[in-house]
Amino acid sequence: MAIMAMTLTEKILARASKQTKVLPGDNIWVNADLLMTHDVCGPGTIGVFKKEFGSDAKVWDQEKVVLIPDHYIFTKDARANRNVDILREFALEQNIKYFYDITDLANFKANPDYKGVCHIALAQEGHTRPGEVLFGTDSHTCNAGAFGEFATGIGNTDAAFVMGTGKLLLKVPATMRFTFDGEMPPYLLAKDLILQVIGDIGVAGANYRALEIDGEAIAQMSMEERMTLCNMAIEAGAKNGVIAPDQTTFDYVQARTTKPFYPLYSDPDSEYYYHKHYDVSKLEPVVAKPHSPDNRATVRECSDVRIDRVYIGSCTGGKITDFINAAQLIKGNQVKVPTYLVPATQKVYNDLFTESIDGLSLAEIFLQAGCIEPASPSCAACLGGPQDTFGRLNEPEVCVSTTNRNFPGRMGNKQGQIYLASPFTAAASALTGKITDPRDFM
Amino acid sequence: MSKVIQGLVFVVDNNIDTDQIIPAEYLTLVPSKPDEYEKLGSYAMIGLPDRFGKFMTEGATKTQYPIIIAGENFGCGSSREHAPIALGASGVEVVVAQSYARIFFRNSTATGELYPWESVEKLCDRFVTGQTATLDFDNNQITNDTTGEVFLLKPLGEVAPVIDAGGLFAYARLTGMIPTKS
Repeated sequence: MAIMAMTLTEKILARASKQTKVLPGDNIWVNADLLMTHDVCGPGTIGVFKKEFGSDAKVWDQEKVVLIPDHYIFTKDARANRNVDILREFALEQNIKYFYDITDLANFKANPDYKGVCHIALAQEGHTRPGEVLFGTDSHTCNAGAFGEFATGIGNTDAAFVMGTGKLLLKVPATMRFTFDGEMPPYLLAKDLILQVIGDIGVAGANYRALEIDGEAIAQMSMEERMTLCNMAIEAGAKNGVIAPDQTTFDYVQARTTKPFYPLYSDPDSEYYYHKHYDVSKLEPVVAKPHSPDNRATVRECSDVRIDRVYIGSCTGGKITDFINAAQLIKGNQVKVPTYLVPATQKVYNDLFTESIDGLSLAEIFLQAGCIEPASPSCAACLGGPQDTFGRLNEPEVCVSTTNRNFPGRMGNKQGQIYLASPFTAAASALTGKITDPRDFM
Repeated sequence: MSKVIQGLVFVVDNNIDTDQIIPAEYLTLVPSKPDEYEKLGSYAMIGLPDRFGKFMTEGATKTQYPIIIAGENFGCGSSREHAPIALGASGVEVVVAQSYARIFFRNSTATGELYPWESVEKLCDRFVTGQTATLDFDNNQITNDTTGEVFLLKPLGEVAPVIDAGGLFAYARLTGMIPTKS
């Protein structure tokens, strides 16, 4: 039997290529279940699609191409605004079913269709489903692996090919497995676990490979925390990150879509390129210091680092769970540095006003503590963006951020120093103006 | 068909990510639009820390360095195809790195913008920006013309003809995988 054994990633790719068995290194044609693109890479993808398939070409499936404006939305940059117009024209011309449009930039609430950050919007709208193959023109597409699917980021040219044919040639990645044993201590979050992994294997440690995450601690985790883990698989160079589906997954998905899905699981005797166990009870809150996501240190080792601002937002750190976690520490205290809040999506924004702790909404908790009013949902300053982007690091400041990258210039200024951290650590640091272990406020 | 590329080298080190190759504020430029393609080229490597020196001369649209020498994991970070395109549009013909981030390598091939050669040993310590190098495609080697040292490269294999043709779509047409445009 062992000869037929496959890992979860191999099983999904075998199904998508109509093979009974695939091996790491096999080059296979994979059928896509979904192609996602956004305002930064969509216009270029559409350009290649029209050039190569013809100006009157049709996408392979109008219900399987999802267009999500999210990167450069609330800006006066004319080219950024034009790029959203290009998506809209294409959506109309092609009769694309899922286009989450925004036309009134002055008030995002006036745009009921507008969602926000694509990776979280995909999940919230029921587009992330076990067993499927998702391609996206964004490296953090791997976020959706949390649902037990194969999800990976691709360039414009590959995306144009998928747009026209519904297929892509892929090499099957070998799987690296990370098992988190034990019960999560109350001061640790998913971000601490994934920064631990990236620090251990490095930013190229999983290049060309799949990263499968499992264990008792993962089984106890919400979907949003699981997304945080898979989101940053790319920060270790991985092709995809994946977590096997369970009842938590099914409950989340079935609440959002009636489409059928295909739960698949690694065979018990499948072969792994690498397997590491962690005892979560022995792990510490960690940060990634400037200027690389693998530059790990424990939060306590950085306790003398003074900071200029805190940023809570993005696909990996701007979900409602992230804000609930931050609010737990901030509640009843005052922040010492400017603290920026950027909900990933319109739903997260609304939830800030309806989710509450001890009778106070999250928004009330943050505002009473002196945080800056929650911004319009988008990718915002996670990747710098146009000069007028909310929260952009325009000066060489030190920022503690719940985002996913801290390479030079990532949030705007080349000399800016970004410390990647969990929402707990970000909140604790906001309260002291120095990098602070969340246990000091628990 | 023998192929040799000779020119000035620009030397960087490990983990040069896509934000350094083309910072996010320039991603509003759409590479499939010819004038914006050229503009992307003029911003190539503008996010690099100053210690590497200037890749583009002030106001220039093309670089004087057709060859980039790098360490490990070149092009890590985002999936933006703008990265190999900015380099190609600036006049870069080859990158010689010890290793690449997967998506950058793939995007370089799919667009045909540049040849992503892999070196056997780390070469960013064996070249200095401004030296001349000769890359010999047939013999899989690069020579530092200043020092006379010769270094082996890993064969490009099936990737070379795709880039020769001008990228994935052009190669597919050339080899009959997809129909020629009428």
